[in-house]
Amino acid sequence: MKSVTLGQYFPGDSLIHRLDPRTKLLWVIIYIVALFAALDWYSYGVMMAVTAAFLISSKVKFRVIMQGLRPLIIIIILTAVLNMFYTDGTPVLPGWPITWEGIKKAVLMILRIIMLIAGTFLLTYTTSPIMLTDGMELLNAPLKKLHFPVHETALMMSMALRFIPTLTEETNKIMSAQRARGADFDTGNIIQRAKAMIPILVPLFVSSFRRADELAVAMESRCYHGGEGRTRLKQLHYAPRDWIALGFGAVLLAGMFTMRHFGL
Amino acid sequence: MADIKVEALRHVYSEGTPFERVAIEDISVEIPAGQFVGIIGHTGSGKSTFIQHLNGLLQPSAGTVTLGGQNIFETKKITHNIRFRVGLVFQYPEYQLFEETVYKDISFGPKNMGLDEKEIDAHVRRAAAFTGISENLFEDSPLELSGGQKRRVAIAGVIAMEPEVLILDEPTAGLDPEGCRQILENICTYKRETGATVILVSHSMDDMAKLADRLVVFNQGHIAMDGTPKEIFSHPEDLFSIGLSVPESTKIALELKHRGVDLGGPVYTDDQLVEAVLRYDRRAKA
Repeated sequence: MKSVTLGQYFPGDSLIHRLDPRTKLLWVIIYIVALFAALDWYSYGVMMAVTAAFLISSKVKFRVIMQGLRPLIIIIILTAVLNMFYTDGTPVLPGWPITWEGIKKAVLMILRIIMLIAGTFLLTYTTSPIMLTDGMELLNAPLKKLHFPVHETALMMSMALRFIPTLTEETNKIMSAQRARGADFDTGNIIQRAKAMIPILVPLFVSSFRRADELAVAMESRCYHGGEGRTRLKQLHYAPRDWIALGFGAVLLAGMFTMRHFGL
Repeated sequence: MADIKVEALRHVYSEGTPFERVAIEDISVEIPAGQFVGIIGHTGSGKSTFIQHLNGLLQPSAGTVTLGGQNIFETKKITHNIRFRVGLVFQYPEYQLFEETVYKDISFGPKNMGLDEKEIDAHVRRAAAFTGISENLFEDSPLELSGGQKRRVAIAGVIAMEPEVLILDEPTAGLDPEGCRQILENICTYKRETGATVILVSHSMDDMAKLADRLVVFNQGHIAMDGTPKEIFSHPEDLFSIGLSVPESTKIALELKHRGVDLGGPVYTDDQLVEAVLRYDRRAKA
């Protein structure tokens, strides 16, 4: 269970940590668009430099980022292999199905996936869940006009994120308790292992429902009634650094599309 | 029956991440077979981390744990089998109940030991008897019992493995006084009839004073004091200084002393307090 880093926040005080969550959310969109606009070595080089700059300035440990990549290794390898075989061009050796173009495409694809993951994970690594949902709620505020439940969606998300560590901890506790009674989760075939999960899943479901119920009662007893007229403990303010960051984002986008236009 | 020996134990949580935290350090302690050991300390003082090393649930960052001379971390198999000899009851153990019936839940441990049907049945019935669970409840769902009954079923689930060392992490937390009394009585019965070592983590100084042969006090990941209740409770200032308390009877004796009535002698249980007051009274009259 230790490998679950998705949605985990690493507190810090770097420039990236201090940026407004709205800026970071917009930046993730800009980043993804720019990444998919990248065409060839030069534009990939620019993206790699941008990604590296972010990772370094965020001060998140390199090892943590690699851990986030680990579950996706199979997808990355599979994509790369498929691209190697299914791209037309000059064969590496006469009669071989692997082409030079395929190898190039595979390398670029690996780079793209790694950057995509590292860049987007950086958002949750450097933004606390509360800030993240606050940012999303404010960015989505215009959708209220279309009767989209913006506040409720944000609340559901923040609760879901809030409960990831709690449930992880709970799972660990239950696993320890069952291990203490001699349960074995690591050996046996698939069916045996699936069966071994029952002593974990049943108590986990029971306690999740109990928690959900308690939370609902706690909210209702404090007269919680949704978004209208609620004030915030933490007001979000745009600082000059946020405008600079967004300006930089616009430059990056423009640059990437220009490079794409010239086939770089 | 085997002695437990812990040497220079150290455990670091989340080693190598920003959340790194040293939970216990430099813990050395020997627990002879058959002793009733009480562990006291603040929340976060490392008690729970410590006891999870005794049955191999946590791997030490440094140091060793041996049971009867056998290093319990030598191989995975040994660590796995140690859990049947060292039973650990977690805090709020009722949250681990999962089977459809009480009987099946109690038999989970014995089943994992690889016993045959007949032996499992015998183990379950003995465990139920120790914990005062009536056999009428065997076919009920454990999730529909009352809080105190659930707690006892969960404890029975560990006792059913008939461990020679029984460790309990605050087994009475959140129960009413009658429920607390029953659980502690069950533990004493088990100890008396099997001669098992019992290690009890608790915040109740009164229970500790009454039950334990020996007290180990944890403070900020270290062992701050180690001795008989008599020794520990005769230094109340040391306990107060690390934010812990003393039994009610000791508090009364201290307060009396403060007001000029020195009862003398060790006072840490209700009986001792009554006796000391009577003794003082006789002396005053004489």
